[in-house]
Amino acid sequence: MLKIKNVSKVYEGGKKAVNNINLHIKKGEFIAFIGPSGCGKTTTMKLINRLIETTEGDIYIEGENIRDKNVVELRRSIGYVIQQIGLFPHMTIAENIALVPKLLNWPLEKRRKRAEELLKLVNMDPSYLERYPDELSGGQQQRIGVLRALAADPPLILMDEPFGALDPITRDGLQDEFKNLQQSLGKTIVFVTHDMDEAIKLADRIVIMRAGEIVQVGSPDDILREPANDFVEEFLGKHRIMESRPNLQTVKQIMNKNPVSITEDESLSQAIKMMRDKKVDSLLVVDNDNILKGFIDIEMIEENRKKQSSVYQIMETNLYTVEQNTLLRDTVRKILRNGMRYVPIVDEEKHLTGIVTRASLANIVYDSIWGDQELIP
Amino acid sequence: MEAFQTFLIEYGDQLLFKSWEHLYISFISIFLGVLVAVPLGIALTRVPKVADKIMSLVGIVQTFPTLAILAFFIPLLGIGKVPAIVALFFYSLLPILRNTYTGVHSLDQGLLDAGRGMGMTQWERIRMVELPLAMPVIMAGIRISTVYLIGWATLAAYIGAGGLGDFIFDGLNLFKTEFILAGAIPTTIMALVIDYLLGRLEERLTPEGIKDATETI
Repeated sequence: MLKIKNVSKVYEGGKKAVNNINLHIKKGEFIAFIGPSGCGKTTTMKLINRLIETTEGDIYIEGENIRDKNVVELRRSIGYVIQQIGLFPHMTIAENIALVPKLLNWPLEKRRKRAEELLKLVNMDPSYLERYPDELSGGQQQRIGVLRALAADPPLILMDEPFGALDPITRDGLQDEFKNLQQSLGKTIVFVTHDMDEAIKLADRIVIMRAGEIVQVGSPDDILREPANDFVEEFLGKHRIMESRPNLQTVKQIMNKNPVSITEDESLSQAIKMMRDKKVDSLLVVDNDNILKGFIDIEMIEENRKKQSSVYQIMETNLYTVEQNTLLRDTVRKILRNGMRYVPIVDEEKHLTGIVTRASLANIVYDSIWGDQELIP
Repeated sequence: MEAFQTFLIEYGDQLLFKSWEHLYISFISIFLGVLVAVPLGIALTRVPKVADKIMSLVGIVQTFPTLAILAFFIPLLGIGKVPAIVALFFYSLLPILRNTYTGVHSLDQGLLDAGRGMGMTQWERIRMVELPLAMPVIMAGIRISTVYLIGWATLAAYIGAGGLGDFIFDGLNLFKTEFILAGAIPTTIMALVIDYLLGRLEERLTPEGIKDATETI
C-alpha cells in the first residue's frame, strides 16, 4: 500500500531531519510513529502528503510514485488529521466534514448525505450538522476532525498526534472509538504520537524513531518483549516489562474475585454493619442478578442517614468499570494515572465479577521491577 | 433658524450637488483602494520578508501632508477630480493594507496547515479560509479608511475637484461662517452615516461561526 524507500530529508544548512528510511506498510495496517521530539516522526509523515518534499528516495502509494502525482490531488486522496484539530470556525459541522468532497466538486446533496452518514458513525446527533465548531467540546471537535479526514473515503489517513490535546479520559474514550472505526472501515493509518500507551493500544506496528532514523519496527508485543536496545527500553519505561509478561494478560487473572458488595434494596444500617465487618469504607452495589449498579461509601451514608433508609436511594451510579477480559496493560496505567483507589471488574453483561485495587496493582508493579515471578499466580 | 432657511433656499441645490460630488470622489478613491490594498495585503502575507519594507514605505507616504500630496499631483495630472482621486487613493491604502495583512497573517497556523494538508489550492485557501476569517479585520480597515477619506476629501476642493470643500474654502475666503458650516456639517454627517452603513455591512460579511469571537474584540 505504502512504500517508503531510502527516503531522506535534508534541510538547507545540512540538517538531516530524516535519514534513509525504509518502510513497507500493508493495506489496513495501523502504524504508529513514535519517538522523542525532533526525531523526525512528524517530518516523515508530512513527506507522505508532500507538505514537506523529500530530498532523496521515493515514496509509493499503491505502486505510484507520489512525486509523479499532482500535489493537490494527492492530498485530497489522503485523509489528514492534525493535533490542533483545525476545524474551520466559520463553517458549520456539515461544511467542515464535507470539505474535501466540496473541493472534489461533489453535489451539495451528496455532501450533505455523507456528512450525516459519518456523524452517525460516531453516534452524534444529526442536529450537530448545523452547529459551529466552537459550540462543541474538545472531544466532539476532534471526532469531527477525524470524520473530516474520512469524508472522501481515502484509503490512507495521516494523523499527527490527533488526541494529544485532549484530557486523559476523553482521550481514552476516543482512542477506543477510533480503533473500532478503523478496524471496521479497513483504513490504512499512519499515526504520529509521543505517547507510548497510545501507540501500544492502537497500533498494529510501532516504528520507533530517533534522530531521523528508525530504531525498531515491530508489533507492540514484539517491542515490549524484545526491545532492540537500551534506547527503546528506556523509552518504553521500566514498568512496561511487567505488562508484557505473558502470564499476566487480562484483568481477570489478577483481580480479587470476592469484592465486598451489597444488594441495592438493603438498608443503610445493614450497609454500615457490612462495612464494619469487612473493614472497608465503601461498598459496590448490585441488584439481585449481581449486575453492578453503583457504589456507596461511608461519607454518603453519613450525609444521608437521617433522610434516606435504603442503599439504592443514595448510591452513586456514575462509576468507572473495566471489562474482565481487557488486557492488563491497557488498564494499569489508566487506573494509576486517573488516581482511582479501586476499579470494579465486570463481565460482558455488567455482572460484578471482581475488583482491582490500587494497592494490588502497586504490588504487581513492584514485583515486576524487583523480580520474583513465582509469587504471582 | 431663519438664516438657515434662507441659506437652504439660496444654496440648497448647490449643497446637494456638492455633497454628491464629495461622495463620489471619496467612493471612487476608496473603491480603488480596496481593489489594490486587499489583494496586495494577501500577497504580502506570502512574502513576510518583503512585507515589512512595503508596510513601512506605505506608512511613510501616509505621513505626507495631504495638501502637499494634492499639490504634488498638479504638475503630473493637472487640476480637477482625477489628481484628487489619485491622491486620496494613496491615503486609503495604508489602513486597508495594514489590516488585511495583519488579519490574514495572524490567522491560526493550524487552520492553514489543515487546509493545505487536505488539498486546498492557494486560491481555495484564500477564498474559503483566509478571506472569510480575516473579514472583520479587513472591514475595520476599510471603515477607518473611508471615514478619514471623507474628511480629507474636503481638501480636494483646493485643486478644483469640487465637493463640500468648496463651501469651506469659500467661507474661509469670504469670512462667512455659514459657508464653513455648510461644508463641515454635511461632511461630518456623511462620515457618520457611511461608517454606520459599513458597520452593518461588516456584520453581514462576518461569517456566522466567528461572530461571537469578534464581538468581544
